[in-house]
Amino acid sequence: MNEIWAGIQAAFRLIVTLDPDLVQITLRSLQVSLSALVIASAIALPLGTWLAIRRFRFRRLTIATLNALMGLPPVVVGLIVYLLLSRSGPFGVLGLLFTPTAMIIAQVIIITPLIASITHQAMRELWAEYHDLLISLNTTKRQRIWTLIRDGRRTLLTAALAGFGRAIGEVGAIMIVGGNIDNATRVLTTAIALETGKGDFTLALGLGFVLIALALLVNFAIHALSRTEREGRW
Amino acid sequence: MIRILTAILILIGVQVRAETLRLAVTTSFHNSGLSDVLLPAIQRDTGIEVQLLVVGTGQAIRLGEAGDVDAVLVHSRKAEEAFVEGGFGTHRREIMYNDFVFVGPSLDPADIANAGDAVTALKRIAQTKAPFVSRGDDSGTHKKELSLWAAAELAPEQSGRWYNAVGAGMGASLNTASGLEAYIMADRASWLNFGNKQDLELLFSGDPALFNQYAFIPVNSARHAHVKSDAVMRLETWLTSPVARELINGYKIAGEPLFTFNATP
Repeated sequence: MNEIWAGIQAAFRLIVTLDPDLVQITLRSLQVSLSALVIASAIALPLGTWLAIRRFRFRRLTIATLNALMGLPPVVVGLIVYLLLSRSGPFGVLGLLFTPTAMIIAQVIIITPLIASITHQAMRELWAEYHDLLISLNTTKRQRIWTLIRDGRRTLLTAALAGFGRAIGEVGAIMIVGGNIDNATRVLTTAIALETGKGDFTLALGLGFVLIALALLVNFAIHALSRTEREGRW
Repeated sequence: MIRILTAILILIGVQVRAETLRLAVTTSFHNSGLSDVLLPAIQRDTGIEVQLLVVGTGQAIRLGEAGDVDAVLVHSRKAEEAFVEGGFGTHRREIMYNDFVFVGPSLDPADIANAGDAVTALKRIAQTKAPFVSRGDDSGTHKKELSLWAAAELAPEQSGRWYNAVGAGMGASLNTASGLEAYIMADRASWLNFGNKQDLELLFSGDPALFNQYAFIPVNSARHAHVKSDAVMRLETWLTSPVARELINGYKIAGEPLFTFNATP
């Protein structure tokens, strides 16, 4: 119990003094996870919506696969991305291993199925509601997807935030493909793993609380920007 | 368009600013805190920014074989020699050594504090079936521990539940040992720097069999053309220089020197 209290104090101290290392790894955490979120959303939101309105032969199988991939183990993703990006792997010439780009790639793979799956679930219901209207207006497929995405934006926001949550708290994959290099690829989660390894639980917990605070802050910021959950409108 | 071009130029500018070099090192080297002393000095003297990949010796060797790092600094002689013989590394250069210690609960149920040598200590632990934590991750420390068990003619993996191979780094294994009040073999540096000692104490050390030699191996640029052999060579020269000797021999935790520089110029 004392250690948790000491951790809270450490977090407070780190934030108040704006510890330069902390600022750096926090910004890198944000940079990696937000980039991954933007890319994954750009893939997953249209994909999930498309799956909701389109009927095709392997639809069930595709959706089942997508749902199963939500539980993709990050360590395995990390290992596969590592082998692909390694100098001896097929994309080795790009020299991407142990860079933030590699970490973004791994996180995109991890969170895309999650966002697509939640999107699909939400869009299916919305589509049931809009189906007759959109068909009778003789809309094109593109227009239908766009309408659904626009009118379902609050649920989609939830999907995106779930994806962000998974990305920012993830450690297994980025440890392998990023390498936890000081001043280059160290982020909050890998720094926590490192400090735990050194037995410095106070600093590890302090960083942990910073991570939690950051996740809260990003959620609030996105809600504020998109004007959801406000009085009088929901 | 101009904005995009500027962004690209800034990115490129950032990349060429510092000469970087990737070095795979073992967790025990990094946990000792010596790297925090050496890296800034290296950057100051040679202009090279060394990026450390902190992994076990097994993984460090793999990274070197794949060409994902420019050099490795590890401590497992057999693996190192195989690495060089396989053509993955150019040569093996000894830099410094530290030593391993046996750590355990302060009550010392197996009485290893009075064991004459490391092998006797392990035999006593096996006899009393006192809990023992092993790294179990194919690291240099793990390999060393296995070679000592072999010297004691014991096969603890098969002999029951007192032997816990946790498959983790030095710090994580020490955490497990302090939770289980178990015996563990650790390198002295990691032990002194470890923050969660609880009831554990250093019980046995000093047997020459426990000495731990670190060696530097540049990755072979004939096999991986992108390796920065020029920077690696400058780093090797620095690591074997009198400046490095001062820093390595002078590095102390709680008044105890940890490493002994033994590179031949």
